[in-house]
Amino acid sequence: MSGGHSTYSPKTGLGRWFDARLPIPRLVYDSFVAYPVPRNLNYAYTFGGILMLMLVVQIVSGIVLAMHYAATTDTAFDSVEKIMRDVNSGWLIRYLHANGASMFFIAVYVHIFRGLYYGSYKAPREIIWILGCIIYLLMMATAFMGYVLPWGQMSFWGATVITGFFTAIPLVGEWIQQLLLGGFAVDNPTLNRFFSLHYLLPFMILGVVVLHIWAFHITGQTNPTGIEVKHKTDTVPFTPYATIKDGFAMVVFLIVFAYFVFYIPNYMGHADNYIPADPLKTPSHIVPEWYFLPFYAILRAITFNIGPIDSKLGGVLAMFGAIAVLFVVPWLDTSKVRSAVYRPWYKLFFWLFVINAIFLGWLGSRPAEGWYVPAMQVSTAFYFGFFLIVMPLLGLIETPRRLPNSITEAVLEKNKGAAAVHPAGAQASPETKG
Amino acid sequence: MHSFFKGLAALGIALGVAGTAHAAEYPLVKPVQQDWTFAGPFGHYDKGQLQRGLKVYREACAACHGLKRVAFRTLSDLGYSDGQIRALAAEYEVQDGPDSFGEMFARPAIPSDTFPEPFANPEAAAAANNGAAPPDLSLIAKARAVERGFPTFVFDIFTQYAESGPDYLYSLLTGYQDAPEGYNQQPGTYYNPHFIAGTSLSMPQPISDGQVTYDDDAPETVDQYTRDVTAFLMWAAEPHLETRKRMGFNVMIFLVLFGGMVYLTKRKVWANVAH
Repeated sequence: MSGGHSTYSPKTGLGRWFDARLPIPRLVYDSFVAYPVPRNLNYAYTFGGILMLMLVVQIVSGIVLAMHYAATTDTAFDSVEKIMRDVNSGWLIRYLHANGASMFFIAVYVHIFRGLYYGSYKAPREIIWILGCIIYLLMMATAFMGYVLPWGQMSFWGATVITGFFTAIPLVGEWIQQLLLGGFAVDNPTLNRFFSLHYLLPFMILGVVVLHIWAFHITGQTNPTGIEVKHKTDTVPFTPYATIKDGFAMVVFLIVFAYFVFYIPNYMGHADNYIPADPLKTPSHIVPEWYFLPFYAILRAITFNIGPIDSKLGGVLAMFGAIAVLFVVPWLDTSKVRSAVYRPWYKLFFWLFVINAIFLGWLGSRPAEGWYVPAMQVSTAFYFGFFLIVMPLLGLIETPRRLPNSITEAVLEKNKGAAAVHPAGAQASPETKG
Repeated sequence: MHSFFKGLAALGIALGVAGTAHAAEYPLVKPVQQDWTFAGPFGHYDKGQLQRGLKVYREACAACHGLKRVAFRTLSDLGYSDGQIRALAAEYEVQDGPDSFGEMFARPAIPSDTFPEPFANPEAAAAANNGAAPPDLSLIAKARAVERGFPTFVFDIFTQYAESGPDYLYSLLTGYQDAPEGYNQQPGTYYNPHFIAGTSLSMPQPISDGQVTYDDDAPETVDQYTRDVTAFLMWAAEPHLETRKRMGFNVMIFLVLFGGMVYLTKRKVWANVAH
């Protein structure tokens, strides 16, 4: 538990003056210096920090791009090309922002899968998880609208397809769609409002991120054993331990990011988006950006009517349902054991889920024909089956492995095996700083 | 919805597709990977090749295809001097105005102008070319890509394959051949199994051997013309490629060294802490 007494004590006169008026240095000290962090966190836990870095990168690069971008259908594509050719380092800022969005999603998927694996969503952290789902939803909206802004062929036609979903809603569907579009089809009003909202939503994401961080500072972090913090020896102060580990993980992440930006900047994009939007020419295959592909596959898997629900509405419901099911995960998992490290069957199903999610993503890039359709259906069934069948059932019937009594015990057990390599002193006194 | 079907009809005419095979099957013949000087982590443009490519563009392509995003002043990348660029630009006429009498007028282009368009508008371009407007070539090298298939698209990350567009352009321009027996050739279209959107396209083979006279010793063959103009079009689409790759090298070296030092620091910090 981290809701403890603040140990910040300002050393300077200025420090004391400020602390009595607006204790921000105290807040930073309590949250990011003295804050206790489980000592056994692995690199899977560094992706929260990486996500924070990527949010800052996207906001800064986005604000600079917005200084040169023109959000009308006549000028949007040309303005982006001006950024690429004439603005000093414009090509760099543009590629950073476009590839940054993809890297943001890579990091968020690792972060979400880490949460699913280690049971980070389980009580008392349900709200942290739900806030995370809200952030994910806001990210998807932001990315979708951002992709429309260059006004290429995929921008326009992707927007046409996605906004077309709303017509599936019975009675009010078409009215809602026209309200969103600002007209009868994707056109200038749509582009204008998407630009406005694309600028707005990242700051809403920032707000929810603050709540997300606040929430897990109240409950404390999970750790790979899933055992809650019990003793002082279970934790280390955030600075310098987590700071330097997160910092290293960020540098490695930046290496991957830089590799894409400088060497293969158009790899994750689509060539058709270098063709100016033409409402009269439909691309042969309309595909969203890669991070939406699993949901695109789920959407197109529903090719049949279910009673009064026709396949179009069914597909839209399945697609939104695939995201909605994430929100209720804390109540779907019945296991008393938090971490998959001690749940052998859940571990197996988890990795099958990951492989299935990647397969579903690949299927999302395929046309909805031939063997791809039944494959999408089976894959979608497995996706929902993992949440709605495996998670509730496994907690009731699985026999978990023996749990350690505490984090300290787990760390000592692990290091016993390495005692021959490390000096005995390191193992004997884990509570002292190195 | 009505405009959607109108659009489909326009697409059909524009492509002149004779067969009814599904779009996913095109091109019938996938591009073969070619060697390009701009490929790989140390990719660069060969100025001589770019100059030859510009000559091929001007003499064989510019009659129909615009290059509206390329400003004359950027031709300094090809090794031309200010004077040469001014002279080259002055060969073109652009519309300017209105003058103080409210009239539009024509004047010779200056370096800050871009290549003027061959047609007044897309409708005129289509009318003069069998209903299919020839696309502007400023971005064509990035606007075309043929699917590589699994697992090649995974290996492409590690080989830094970013030449899908140029490989396609080369295969298309050198891919014209006689149609097979019994093929129904629509009038105004030309058979090319390398075309990305069908079996025939509205553009005839645009260049033949000996058509352009080179100022250096390069062979005056369709193969050489195609390589040169494709490299030029890649430059037109990505003029900052060399800067990007050079900066990338410096950035990667820095990040790897910095990462190494941060890692050693991390090890030192955590050395006597069990974890």
